[in-house]
Amino acid sequence: MNDAADLAARALGAIASSADLATLDAVRVHWLGKKGELTAALKSLGTLPEAERRAAGQAINAAKVQVQNALDARRGELERRQVEQELIAGRIDVTLPGRGEERGALHPVTQARLRIEALFARAGFDLAVGPEIEDDFHNFEALNIPANHPARALHDTFYFPDGRLLRTHTSPVQIRAMLARGAPLAVIAPGRVYRCDHDLTHSPMFHQLEGLVVGENVSFANLKAALHGFLGAFFERDLAMRLRPSYFPFTEPSAEVDISCVFCAGAGCRTCKWTGWLEIAGCGMVHPNVLRASGVDAERYTGYAFGAGIDRLAMLRYGVSDLRLFFENDLRFLRQFRAF
Amino acid sequence: MKLSYAWLQEWVDVSWDANELGSRLTMAGFELEGIVTNAADSILELNITPNRGDAMSVLGLAREVAALGGKTLTGPAWRPVAAELPDAFPILVDEPAACPTFCGRVIRGVNNQAPSPAWLTARLQSADVRSVNPTVDVTNYVLLELGQPMHAYDLSTLNGEIRARYAHPAERLQLLDARTVTLSDDMLVIADCNGAVGLAGIMGGARTAVATATRDVFLEAAFFAPPAVQGRARRLGLHTEASQHYERGVDPTLQQQALERASSLLIEIAGGRAGPVTRVHSGAHQPKRGAVRLRSTQLTRLLGTSIEPAAVTAALIALQMSVREVPSGWEVTPPAHRFDITIEADLIEEVARMVGFDAIAEREGAGVQHFPPLPRECPPEAAVLEAMSARGYHEAITYAFVDPQLQQRLFPERSALALANPIASDLSVMRLSLWPGLLRAAAENQRRQQERARLIEHGVCFAPADGAALEIDMLAGIASGERLPEQWGVPRPERAQVDFFDVKADLEILLAATGAEDAFTFEAAQLSCLHPGRAARLLRQARPVGWLGELHPEIARELDFTYPPILFELAFYDALRVAPGAYAEVSRFPMVRRDLAVVVDDNVSLSALRERVTLSSSSLLRQCRVFDVYRGPGLETGTKSIALGLIFQDFSRTLTDEDVDRNVASIVAGLRVSLNAKIRE
Repeated sequence: MNDAADLAARALGAIASSADLATLDAVRVHWLGKKGELTAALKSLGTLPEAERRAAGQAINAAKVQVQNALDARRGELERRQVEQELIAGRIDVTLPGRGEERGALHPVTQARLRIEALFARAGFDLAVGPEIEDDFHNFEALNIPANHPARALHDTFYFPDGRLLRTHTSPVQIRAMLARGAPLAVIAPGRVYRCDHDLTHSPMFHQLEGLVVGENVSFANLKAALHGFLGAFFERDLAMRLRPSYFPFTEPSAEVDISCVFCAGAGCRTCKWTGWLEIAGCGMVHPNVLRASGVDAERYTGYAFGAGIDRLAMLRYGVSDLRLFFENDLRFLRQFRAF
Repeated sequence: MKLSYAWLQEWVDVSWDANELGSRLTMAGFELEGIVTNAADSILELNITPNRGDAMSVLGLAREVAALGGKTLTGPAWRPVAAELPDAFPILVDEPAACPTFCGRVIRGVNNQAPSPAWLTARLQSADVRSVNPTVDVTNYVLLELGQPMHAYDLSTLNGEIRARYAHPAERLQLLDARTVTLSDDMLVIADCNGAVGLAGIMGGARTAVATATRDVFLEAAFFAPPAVQGRARRLGLHTEASQHYERGVDPTLQQQALERASSLLIEIAGGRAGPVTRVHSGAHQPKRGAVRLRSTQLTRLLGTSIEPAAVTAALIALQMSVREVPSGWEVTPPAHRFDITIEADLIEEVARMVGFDAIAEREGAGVQHFPPLPRECPPEAAVLEAMSARGYHEAITYAFVDPQLQQRLFPERSALALANPIASDLSVMRLSLWPGLLRAAAENQRRQQERARLIEHGVCFAPADGAALEIDMLAGIASGERLPEQWGVPRPERAQVDFFDVKADLEILLAATGAEDAFTFEAAQLSCLHPGRAARLLRQARPVGWLGELHPEIARELDFTYPPILFELAFYDALRVAPGAYAEVSRFPMVRRDLAVVVDDNVSLSALRERVTLSSSSLLRQCRVFDVYRGPGLETGTKSIALGLIFQDFSRTLTDEDVDRNVASIVAGLRVSLNAKIRE
């Protein structure tokens, strides 16, 4: 019979040379199993003389503990190695693209409009809407533009045979909002408008933003603050703004709104035609005739109104130079507006 | 209009250079559009708004510059021409309301053959006016300088008299530009005994035109009331300098001065001797400028800032208004040429313009303190579009007017609203559906090698209804090309063309988002533009709210699609109205699933099968899923096998096998009896 140290040395040798978990398990059975060599050595203790039994028992038990520890350590190491191998085998090329559907996008004009709506909602403006097919009263008469008024010539109106028309601006929504809600009120009305005109800077269909605030002491100073606030928020920067006297039949005083060019910050570039200014909106104090035509007491209330091109705001925000691109729906164009 | 800096200098001592002048005028409401400078002069191109007809001349802008710069108006030196001849040509005005003032004069012995002097033609050229002959050039010069349109007739061609009257019905007139127009009886004409010789305030006639051979002329300077001129030129397809001036308004006191100015210029450059000025004037019809009250409180209230009273008075006086200070403010009478000043707000604008809009400080308005309800059921547009873009759709915006031929082809049974003056024949009718625009857009993209397109559009469509038009808010989409974008690792069958069910899944995402998924049904239906076997009407609680289908193969071919695209369209509000969701209890007991392969006739629809399953089982059936549909070997022709996953669950206990078996047996029996179904083992 071999002594315990010898057994342990052989067992440890077998453990160390086990290359995988199955071999290691066979080694365990061979040494520590029911019929294993160390188990057998323990069982054979009874054959030893009484005086030797105790020392031999202790030696074998120590050898068993040593072998068991070595087995555990080796198993841990082999398991770790196996995981490592699985990980190596399972490696993927992370630079391959993801599978599935691509992302679409909202139209840049819609994105600009939703942004405008959100900004004005925060400032307490309600949303108002009106039909795209209008009558002469709402589109012209009530806005102080009687038949034969020279301003009509500037409108290039699309007509239907029965005399109705496609609205040439969102201003008729002013009339409808005041008739429906009365004063005081603060609304914006974004929407589609139509003019029979088509070139680099004109589309027969485009989008306008109308704003209207009527109250007991609404002033030109308030109009300036509202427009400046909105434009700064829309373009996310401090902009210079100036109002130039102008003419709209439905406002008095009337003004054109210029902002410092968003591309050159007023230094002069192609977009602003080297003036440093961009014309961005028209505005003014609501003409008393318009208030009266909308059932609002023109002595008690004053109001301001403004109109801006949503397409133009979108062009400036996204750096689009040709208005017609918005309505060609070319996917190579639309794909560029996927950001939230 | 184009303004010569040098010419302006004759009228007012401008201390600003041309650039500074341009920006001053811009900030006063006359927008500078460009400056062209040469050795002798600078020409400013200015945008004059339609309310300021009075500023459409050198004199008019000189008045503004004088007011802005605190200068006095000077003007060139010239003297009225004394009559040397007794000749007076008879002038008759039948319509004094339309023509309150008519001045005329005969000038004989004019040398119209010599060219006009260079200084005069240069001035005309600065305003893009071509030199014709001395007489015509002088009338143009006076128009540019004073803003008074003038006309000259060859006296030898006039017969008997000059008369301002309305045209006879269908009266014809050959104009200076050789066109012949047919007039209507609301058009004012100037006529002699032989008929019309000119369209009042618009253009003269060819028969009496001044030519180089002309020796004797009759000069006209009249005031026509804007309503008698407005709209007439446009109706005849004309647009002249004269009509532009008269439509916007001409100074009603200027005629005699203009006539004298023209006479003196003409005699100076082309000789001749003048007869007396004949002036036919109706004081009763002369426009009156009434006094307008300006309250200092209203001035402050409307502008939101207070302006020194002395500055207000000074601004108004600088604009040639006569101003009377009254306790509440001012009483202001505008000069004859300012027909645009009629109400208090007009004066407030003038004051603001003079002090400068920049001088009015911004002030935030009082916040609005009310909470308009957000209609819960209104589908949120941004979320709808965002949901679709997450599924690959790009939002398109197409024109609301479409090609009538395409629309007719798609919807032959419907009529559309036609525009009276379309911009192009293929953009001439209002859309009944968003499909014509989307089909065009998808086809265009295919032409641009963008074979795979997912487009969605939200906008109104126009359904004619009893003369009126109903504007219906619609949401539509189109899908063409492969099911998925080209990519690696997608099994071959998945690389097929997009089909009905791919798009149905997109649509179902939206329907699920209404919170009322169960309210929707798709039923096989026919629409002439869709494949007859691949079209469905969408119903919400039995009400039609939309369509889904494959484009009819013939139309797909006509539009050059490689494969027919899939289309859908929904009534935005009716289909996507949001139902307020309520929490439903979740059972804590286990689910039991049984699968069933049911063989039925090919034309039994899933919804019929499902309805039968529901009717034959108890309330323990939670769900009936479809996990396979099979046709082919092993099945009789004309039949299909549908694999159902039946899910049972109770709220109060764990189900036993017997419970489930009883239900499955009942379902199987129900399917056998009512649908002649076989259960596939």
